[in-house]
Amino acid sequence: MTDKKSLTIMQLYPDDMSIYGDWGNTLTLKKRIEWHGYTATIIDYNPGDTFPETIDILIGGGGQDSGQKRIQDDLQAIAPKLRALAENGTPMLVICGLYQLFGRFFKTSAGEIIPGIEIFNAETHAGPERLIGNIIIEHDTFGDIVGYENHSGQTFLDVGSTPLGRVRLGAGNNGQDETEGALIHNVIGTYLHGSILPKNPAIADFLIEKAAVKKYGDFEASVIDDRFAQKARDIAKKRPR
Amino acid sequence: MPKPHIATIGKVVRKVTRLRGGGSAFPGLVIEKIDPNFTRDVLATLPYGVVIVSGTNGKTTTTKMVVELLEGQGLKVFTNRTGSNFARGVTAALLAEINYKGEIDADIAVLELDEAHAVKFVDVVPPKHSLLLNVMRDQLDRFGEIDTTAKMLQHIAQATTETVALNREDPRVAAIADEISLTPHYFGLAQALKPQFLSGDESGLESKAVDAEITLESFADDTATFFIDGKPVTTTLKLRGIYNIFNAAAALTMTRAIMGEKTNDKKLIASLSNIAPAFGRGETLTLHGQPVELVLVKNPSGFRLALQSFSPKNYATMIAINDNYADGRDMSWLWDVNFESLQAAGVHTVSGVRAYDMALRLQYDDVEVSHVDTKITPALEHFLARNDEAPKRIFCTYTAMLAIRKELAKITEVEKVL
Repeated sequence: MTDKKSLTIMQLYPDDMSIYGDWGNTLTLKKRIEWHGYTATIIDYNPGDTFPETIDILIGGGGQDSGQKRIQDDLQAIAPKLRALAENGTPMLVICGLYQLFGRFFKTSAGEIIPGIEIFNAETHAGPERLIGNIIIEHDTFGDIVGYENHSGQTFLDVGSTPLGRVRLGAGNNGQDETEGALIHNVIGTYLHGSILPKNPAIADFLIEKAAVKKYGDFEASVIDDRFAQKARDIAKKRPR
Repeated sequence: MPKPHIATIGKVVRKVTRLRGGGSAFPGLVIEKIDPNFTRDVLATLPYGVVIVSGTNGKTTTTKMVVELLEGQGLKVFTNRTGSNFARGVTAALLAEINYKGEIDADIAVLELDEAHAVKFVDVVPPKHSLLLNVMRDQLDRFGEIDTTAKMLQHIAQATTETVALNREDPRVAAIADEISLTPHYFGLAQALKPQFLSGDESGLESKAVDAEITLESFADDTATFFIDGKPVTTTLKLRGIYNIFNAAAALTMTRAIMGEKTNDKKLIASLSNIAPAFGRGETLTLHGQPVELVLVKNPSGFRLALQSFSPKNYATMIAINDNYADGRDMSWLWDVNFESLQAAGVHTVSGVRAYDMALRLQYDDVEVSHVDTKITPALEHFLARNDEAPKRIFCTYTAMLAIRKELAKITEVEKVL
């Protein structure tokens, strides 16, 4: 018997940027990595920590304004490393607050510019109202993606950038252009909570597959019992906004 | 003074509403349309004024405690007992109590108010006293952010005219002290209890280094020891669960602040030992000789505390999760609760509109689920029938609890709350 192959998940700023079930995404990756027959390790990276050498999947969440302020300087300090990982094909999932900061900037309602790290060719502007409610988006390979959005920032992708999906119910990036999220290299940014990964296991498996292939050259998926997830998805699609 | 005919209209609307089985706040809405000053004018006649209880978790139980403690001190207390913690609910509750001249026979009003509604309420009716419990991640789809909720509580404190009681252990609540001119009364926890109580709190902030008037020192199954002005007092309790018992420290602090020198501490402790949990907050019914406990869960911190407080050993467990407006529409919160403590006993039945979200959550914590049915009535029947011989516990969101109580009322004694 050979040692099991292992994958390392890094949570980016879990102390300041984890809200609305962001832990659910990390847990889903960990469990599914294990169910697929690999060993999963979770490491936390908070401001000031030593940046880890091995990151197979990076995951980041949303935060309050106060949390976003606390991580700003550190995020700029590690930005070159994060950009290199992204360009190298490391799969990442960033939700809400960190999705915004993975773009060019966030402009607050007071006109202040909070710089991002420019992995996504996108910019976010504080909006006049919170965009809140159940959301469904469509994606060619993931199928319908179900979740819950709760954000006041409005994100606009540059022309030519790829959104994660097209909005069927809800507001999405900005409530205007029917796009939601962004996808570049293997980096997914999105406003969807819910949590997104447990109810959209196809995205979780996409991240895991990319990580496994990058590290080991191949990925052998196991069959996972996703009946509860399927039922939960069916019901989520019938709920009002 | 309130206008007598306004009170009459309200009382008639209230009767009609009850006949057609309507909500508890509807008569209040009618009255507000007719006379927006009604509530303020009636409450202004109370000699001891108005007490507001607010915060994310534990409002209903704490309000019930403050009411019963004040009654034990000899006061006649008006409260919004139906748990309709909106300003209109207060108006509706007032209508039930006033006579046809618009007078209320009470010394003091103790009102449980949802943070957002309290903010508007105190602008119209400034409270003499306020008791602010905590700010936890809750119903964020309604208020936006935890810091916003903290600002709401601060606003209540700033509108308060005589005494403010604050939770020393909640950094956002304790910080309100710096924003008000009154000197606050604090309640707190002994150092030894803090780790188990605050586990899972995500604020990362430190609690305030000040003396608390009352601290919870220790507790066992049915006894608790409080330090009151530095002296230990041990009492038996009907309340269960650490968070209820900590809320008792809050209620004692508020009551002593209201009564001042007139406080009878002996009677205070006697009253405390007799307080039963509020509706759905560890409320216990009996069915075929076995207890059926109803535990309301509405946010991650509350659910975590409930799981910590009630051992699943030997109990059959059901969980019912709805996603109506009053429950919170976003299911993300279930992922912020750790359910591993249920692994050994498993969960027998999962129900509610979002039953499969809950079942999925349990799957990821390796908790076995025997039965899933989104429809509450058949799910409850199945759960009761299959666990007839066992004590049972049902964790449920607000509207799921209303549905479950309604079903249980058909087969056993359930306290009427409306």
